[in-house]
Amino acid sequence: VSSPELCDLTGSHLAAELAGGGVSATEVVESSLRRIESVDGSVGAFLTRTPEVALERAAELDAHRSTGAPQHPVAGIPLALKDVLSTMGIRTTCGSRILETYVPPFDCTAWARLSGRGSALLGKTNCDEFAMGSSNENSAFGPVRNPWDLERVPGGSSGGSAAAVAAGEVVWALGTDTGGSVRQPASLSGVVGLKPTYGLVSRYGLIAFASSLDTVGTLTRDVRDAAVLLEAIAGKDPRDATSLDAEVPDYLAGLDRGVGGLRVGVIAEAFGEGVEPDVRDSVRSAVDRLDALGAEVGEASLPHAAYTLPAYYLIAPSEASSNLARYDGVRYGYRAEGASDSVEMMARTRGEGFGPEVKRRIMLGTYALSAGYYEAYYGQAQKVRTLMIRDYEAAFERFDVLVSPTSPTTAFRIGEKVDDPMAMYLNDIFTIPANLAGVPAISVPCGLDAAGLPIGLQFTAPVLGEPVLFRAASALERDLGLVLRPPLLAGV
Amino acid sequence: MAVRIDIEHVARLARLALTAEEEERLGRQLPAILEHAATVGEVAADDVPPTAYAIPRSNVYREDDPEPCLPQAEALANAPEQEDGRFRVVRVVERDR
Repeated sequence: VSSPELCDLTGSHLAAELAGGGVSATEVVESSLRRIESVDGSVGAFLTRTPEVALERAAELDAHRSTGAPQHPVAGIPLALKDVLSTMGIRTTCGSRILETYVPPFDCTAWARLSGRGSALLGKTNCDEFAMGSSNENSAFGPVRNPWDLERVPGGSSGGSAAAVAAGEVVWALGTDTGGSVRQPASLSGVVGLKPTYGLVSRYGLIAFASSLDTVGTLTRDVRDAAVLLEAIAGKDPRDATSLDAEVPDYLAGLDRGVGGLRVGVIAEAFGEGVEPDVRDSVRSAVDRLDALGAEVGEASLPHAAYTLPAYYLIAPSEASSNLARYDGVRYGYRAEGASDSVEMMARTRGEGFGPEVKRRIMLGTYALSAGYYEAYYGQAQKVRTLMIRDYEAAFERFDVLVSPTSPTTAFRIGEKVDDPMAMYLNDIFTIPANLAGVPAISVPCGLDAAGLPIGLQFTAPVLGEPVLFRAASALERDLGLVLRPPLLAGV
Repeated sequence: MAVRIDIEHVARLARLALTAEEEERLGRQLPAILEHAATVGEVAADDVPPTAYAIPRSNVYREDDPEPCLPQAEALANAPEQEDGRFRVVRVVERDR
């Protein structure tokens, strides 16, 4: 097995090395570029690579560092952004033919904040078209392959971001999570995935899928890095009216406190049928570790969680059908040729520009919102949100954090579920409840299955409970001490 | 609950040109998905209020300070077709003859 290179280290480790002068930002970025060059032909994580952007940033930082000025912990650390996050002057496709050549005239707030702090952007990552999917197979530009097994999916929709972090192509990445799209690929790819509280990170410049559920999240190699990266992107943004006016705490302050006395609720409903035995056993034994570390473990119940999957498949497509109405071939993106009137031009543009899953959801949402059906579908689904919020409120009276598997399965084979939308939607059964209720959740690796594929454990906390999430996840991570190096990297 | 969907009608509402094969496939898939989705009705009682946003926000104001907006050239930069500083589209209104 070859030894780790700079690009295999965590962001916190690299920041310390950079501050100590042991390495330069240019060396760090070059290490990432070499890794991308050697593995991305097989992984396919990137849709657009930006080596010149990263190298120029690194050179600036190195020139600055010689003056002795302190730099932000994200400065010079190789980053990738999911291709639904707008980057000024850099193509942003949403994994869709309809935006294949779109170049945003502004930056999303999350990237603007990271860029302002010296972050080094290596490129834009592949994803399911408009973030709709759980396998990355819905990208118009081809699948991403899981670094743990190239015949398997990395999860989705932030599959490219998860795979890039797992393979050491970048040190960390941003994704987006509407129903599990950061946590599920993190689980399947063996990295840490955080979905923050709704509104904690600005959605400005995140190309909208389902506005009441969309969040920007992080994919990192450890929990500490998730805390560092979140702190850099969180906080009120006047450009997003739904962003929260909450103070951003020091997320590192309580990270190492351990779980002594922490009340941990194991979600009873999350270990039933459909959960692979290896996943169940691995999560159960991680819970035993938490117990041994001094946590007060008990059984929690979320009785309405089973109804959040059907509710999600009404709410998300309804909001998507409205949000995606903007792709009409007039102001940006693809336009069908030769139409004789504007209605035909729009319909053909959308028919030719969108892929099957996006069309399926636009049709679902259009139907669910149409006259005569609104109350029966969208109206009822919104009531399930209320019930889910109440379930969490009741559970968090008794517990500080809740535990479940992140996903019922480990990584599945490319093509395995592509013809069965209902089977595909079940991937998100444990991640969707947090989106409907707006609460934060994190997926942290807890073991490997018999085939050597990563398993993820999900902690969920109350609104703005990120500090307790980090505390619990970090304690488990330290105790398990997993060394997660995909077999792909043995040869590089 | 058996769901019947007029696929052509919904596609027209969505401004989505579908092939015959797509219409056939969606005609099979959408009712199955919606029948499952309709199970939300089992728990959504009359006395449960709906939630649109998990963390409610209302009356979000900002200072009424003028800010520069997107310059015309940048706004047009991604247009499939443009002419005289405007988006060019196919005819929307019929001309009088």
